[in-house]
Amino acid sequence: MFLLFFVLAQGVIDDVDVVNSTDLIEKSEAVHTIVQAPPTQIYTRDRANDAGGGIVVFWKKSEDDGAGRESVIEYHIYRGTEADGDFELVGTAKAGDTSYTDITTRDGTPYYYQVKAFDGEQHSSAAVSEAAYSSAQWFHTGRISMLIATILISTFVVWFINKAKRGHELYIRPIAGLEAVDDAVGRATEMGKPIMYVPGILDMDNIQTIASMIILGRVARKAAEYETAILVPCTRSIVMSAAQEMVKEAYLEAGRPDAYDADKIQYLTDDQFGYAAGVDGMLLREKPGAIFYLGGFYAESLILAETGHSTGAIQIAGTAQPSQLPFFVTACDYTLIGEEMFAASAYLSKEPLLLGGLKGQDWGKAIIIFLILVGVLLVTLGFTDVIGWLSTGQ
Amino acid sequence: MSTDPGVWIAAFLTMCILSFLYRDNPFYRFAEHLFIGVSAAYWAVYYYYNILQPNLIDPMFVQGQLLLIIPLALGVMMLTRLFPKVGWMSRWPLAFIVGTYAGYNLIIYLQSDALDQVTATLVSLVQVEAWQTLFQHPSFVNFLYAIGVPVVIMGVITGIIYFFFSKEHKGVFGGLAKIGIWFLMVAFGASFGYTVMARISLLIGRVYFLLHNWLQLI
Repeated sequence: MFLLFFVLAQGVIDDVDVVNSTDLIEKSEAVHTIVQAPPTQIYTRDRANDAGGGIVVFWKKSEDDGAGRESVIEYHIYRGTEADGDFELVGTAKAGDTSYTDITTRDGTPYYYQVKAFDGEQHSSAAVSEAAYSSAQWFHTGRISMLIATILISTFVVWFINKAKRGHELYIRPIAGLEAVDDAVGRATEMGKPIMYVPGILDMDNIQTIASMIILGRVARKAAEYETAILVPCTRSIVMSAAQEMVKEAYLEAGRPDAYDADKIQYLTDDQFGYAAGVDGMLLREKPGAIFYLGGFYAESLILAETGHSTGAIQIAGTAQPSQLPFFVTACDYTLIGEEMFAASAYLSKEPLLLGGLKGQDWGKAIIIFLILVGVLLVTLGFTDVIGWLSTGQ
Repeated sequence: MSTDPGVWIAAFLTMCILSFLYRDNPFYRFAEHLFIGVSAAYWAVYYYYNILQPNLIDPMFVQGQLLLIIPLALGVMMLTRLFPKVGWMSRWPLAFIVGTYAGYNLIIYLQSDALDQVTATLVSLVQVEAWQTLFQHPSFVNFLYAIGVPVVIMGVITGIIYFFFSKEHKGVFGGLAKIGIWFLMVAFGASFGYTVMARISLLIGRVYFLLHNWLQLI
């Protein structure tokens, strides 16, 4: 019995040995020749809503991607300019993906694509797509909501401007920070001290700086009328040029062109904290009676406002930087919060045209409130499609 | 103490700037003027190599993109400010910059500050999971989570109402505007505390430089 068992066992071991030594090697080589199934149904489309230079390649997943042998780890996308010419690798997509966007195309050039499944060692075969061309679109269909909003708000603004032109009186509510502008200039005049106007650290491409320049014109005009010096330290050369123009214009309007001094509007440096150090020094040396911080500010806001506060000057600040508003609220006498600063030009000048624009913007806000109320109600009731309708596209 | 002259200079200038806490003094003035002068020169060189050269000089004079003569002309016109007789020409590029960016930013802000914010506010008033958690584990924090969405929506709407300029803030409208400014102030308070903590870390960094790199006490 024991002998029989030994003989049988030896036979099995011999079989195993035989398999290990020859068949397994052949089978192993055979496994390497089994290539995963290729992706199929390859087709292309010009990337929608772009400025050209993009083609999207689509395919149907390989049968071995997430199923079958589950051997596909990624897809390699090849591109050529002739169907039977050379193809070069332009990108990869991970397993499970069924599309790839090629953003390196030249508009008008025909491109042919191949997509090959890759298992880490070898590629599948691949068919060649039809010729594809990229092109730019004039109209971004995903941004219709933006178009409607722009037209709507512009219509309101134009409507109310026309209404103001016809002599219709438009109301604007009091804004404490702006009402204090004249008082601040007057106080500096009484004290025989100059006014300092800090227009922020952003350039003229920022809407806050543009708004700040408009307010500067008003402050400078008041300063010219009261014969009070106005100092404007700038951190951007173009802002300095714009500030000089605004102040010069204001002095002309006030009938005091002789009192205008361009050197009072000076460039310090583009560096944020270099500028803060310079303005701080000026604040302590010049000891202005009124200080205006109006424009775009970042971390230097509290440094400036605290130093200004220590001089005892009346301080009026305004910015649309939410992170800096708390510091101005804390350290300044009056703070224009966000849009209050943008409304300043209309408020200070009381010009019907600007007031009409302000009224139109208010109607825009009313529409926003309406959209939020209706939208939230619909989403709460399960109509989440409304979010897509308002999406502005990217 | 450090034997590195660079560390000594940095420590000296740091002390000069910090002396401002006492009052304006010659040391602060020295550091201030040095800072302004060096940084202004640094940014001038930076703009040349990172803005002018890659965007104007190389494309125009090396690659032959002659259309760039337009921005070049606008840039030269800005410099006419240096000559009073033709200084008026600098108003043209200024008007171009202001007009272009005012129009461009209209669309940018309408998207990012208006419509995208509206879309982000469209959330269901009833957060089922939050209410379930509240009933299972009643606590003040869970209560805040449950009522979070209605509070945010109320804050957004009353905040917008505060920024109505063409309607008098009185009656119900005035009450809503007052709620709006309260929301803003609470948000400012939170932001203030958060940012002050960040500034304290900057101070700690500078004190660490003095005690570690310079004096080598820690």
